[in-house]
Amino acid sequence: MINSYLPILVILLVSAFIGLAIIVLSTLLSRKNPTPIKLMPYECGMDPIGGARRRFSVRFFIIGMLFIVFDIELMFLFPWAVVYDQLMIFGFIEMLVFVLVLLAGLIYVWKKGALEWQ
Amino acid sequence: MESAVPIILLIVKVLLVIGAVLTLVAYLTLIERRVLGFIQVRLGPNRVGPWGLLQPLADGAKLILKEEITVSGANKFIYLIAPLIVVTCALIPFAVVPFAKGLGLENILGPTAQAYGLNQGVVSDTNVGILFVLAVTSLGVYGVILGGWASNNKYSLLGSVRAGAQMISYELGLSLAVLGVLLLAGTLSLVQIVESQDSVWKWYVFRQPLGFILFLIAGSADIGRTPFDLTECENELVAGYQTEYSSMKFGLFYLGEYAHLLFLSALMTTLYFGGWQGPFLPPIVWFLAKTLLWVFIFVWIRGTYPRLRYDRVMSFGWKFLVPVGIFNVMATAFIYTIWLQYRG
Repeated sequence: MINSYLPILVILLVSAFIGLAIIVLSTLLSRKNPTPIKLMPYECGMDPIGGARRRFSVRFFIIGMLFIVFDIELMFLFPWAVVYDQLMIFGFIEMLVFVLVLLAGLIYVWKKGALEWQ
Repeated sequence: MESAVPIILLIVKVLLVIGAVLTLVAYLTLIERRVLGFIQVRLGPNRVGPWGLLQPLADGAKLILKEEITVSGANKFIYLIAPLIVVTCALIPFAVVPFAKGLGLENILGPTAQAYGLNQGVVSDTNVGILFVLAVTSLGVYGVILGGWASNNKYSLLGSVRAGAQMISYELGLSLAVLGVLLLAGTLSLVQIVESQDSVWKWYVFRQPLGFILFLIAGSADIGRTPFDLTECENELVAGYQTEYSSMKFGLFYLGEYAHLLFLSALMTTLYFGGWQGPFLPPIVWFLAKTLLWVFIFVWIRGTYPRLRYDRVMSFGWKFLVPVGIFNVMATAFIYTIWLQYRG
């Protein structure tokens, strides 16, 4: 257990440290001469109109929700795939039923128009 | 005192792997620019050093010395942490990619070789390798979304929301494509997946041709490569979520992007092309050669195909990749069952 997860902890710390070190280094080495105009959000050279944190299309929210549902259902396929050798025909039929339910959900979402972008 | 030695050796090994990855990533930028140059019948960068070999160093030095701008109205902490999340999540998955059979250091290390898999050609031989990869690469989306939101810029916000939606949509296709390989290999460990491909005919590209094509498409959409680079669609979104980033914070996003490209190529090699397996040459040479061939193919794709429209990318992901991926998994299971029955 620790033989395989300690290396991951080490690589996590090393990569985070490298990222932080690069940012600190560039903060120390670079010149700074900020002016209000330079710090203005970029909007093709014009003064920005209104704030940036506005509402955006609800489609993105729907996609996020669908992703959670489908990704969790797909997670059930991983343990099934790994032990498939022992399950054979029983496992195949079980999973066929499950996948058909999943596909029915996808078709429902599709027919409801949740996957359209207009 | 005795127990500190394996940990120090482990840190040295991790530093060597990360160092190699960072060097390769730096040179990927040069490879990409040179190859795109030749595709477009021009030279590409060739002034700094012979054949432009020092160009990545010059770029790095330039980025570090550039003025750092924190845009007004930005959420400072999130603005700072976002590139860190991206680069960390791009580097961690290399922990589970097997790059060689073993390091051949049994005699030097002695009994300490047992600890932490120090003699293995992989940083961590965890038994949930693929799940770990999928989990960590999904976490990288947080960096993109937070960076775009914290920038106080409309283009950044739109770019990050687009990037997030695209990455999570193609994550499904990627998981489904990988499932076919898992089913045949019967393991989640990348080390064992490579070991099961010990002759060319056992490479999963031949046993999973449809799954391989799905993986290629979903993978390049997941890391936002052309033709799916909607996240940085210049003519609509300036530079997408990186618009307000400058200096080395931009550099870190860039690093993360190329690390993703290198990782996808390495994963493609590992899952479908036998990883480090190959005759005559040492395993690490085979691994690097196959990985760099895939990097070249991705650059070639970028030099060849135009960008798709966003609504088409999304509907392709949901209406084509997911159903075909499910079909591929079930068809693989069906054929595999019949094959096991007739074999005995």
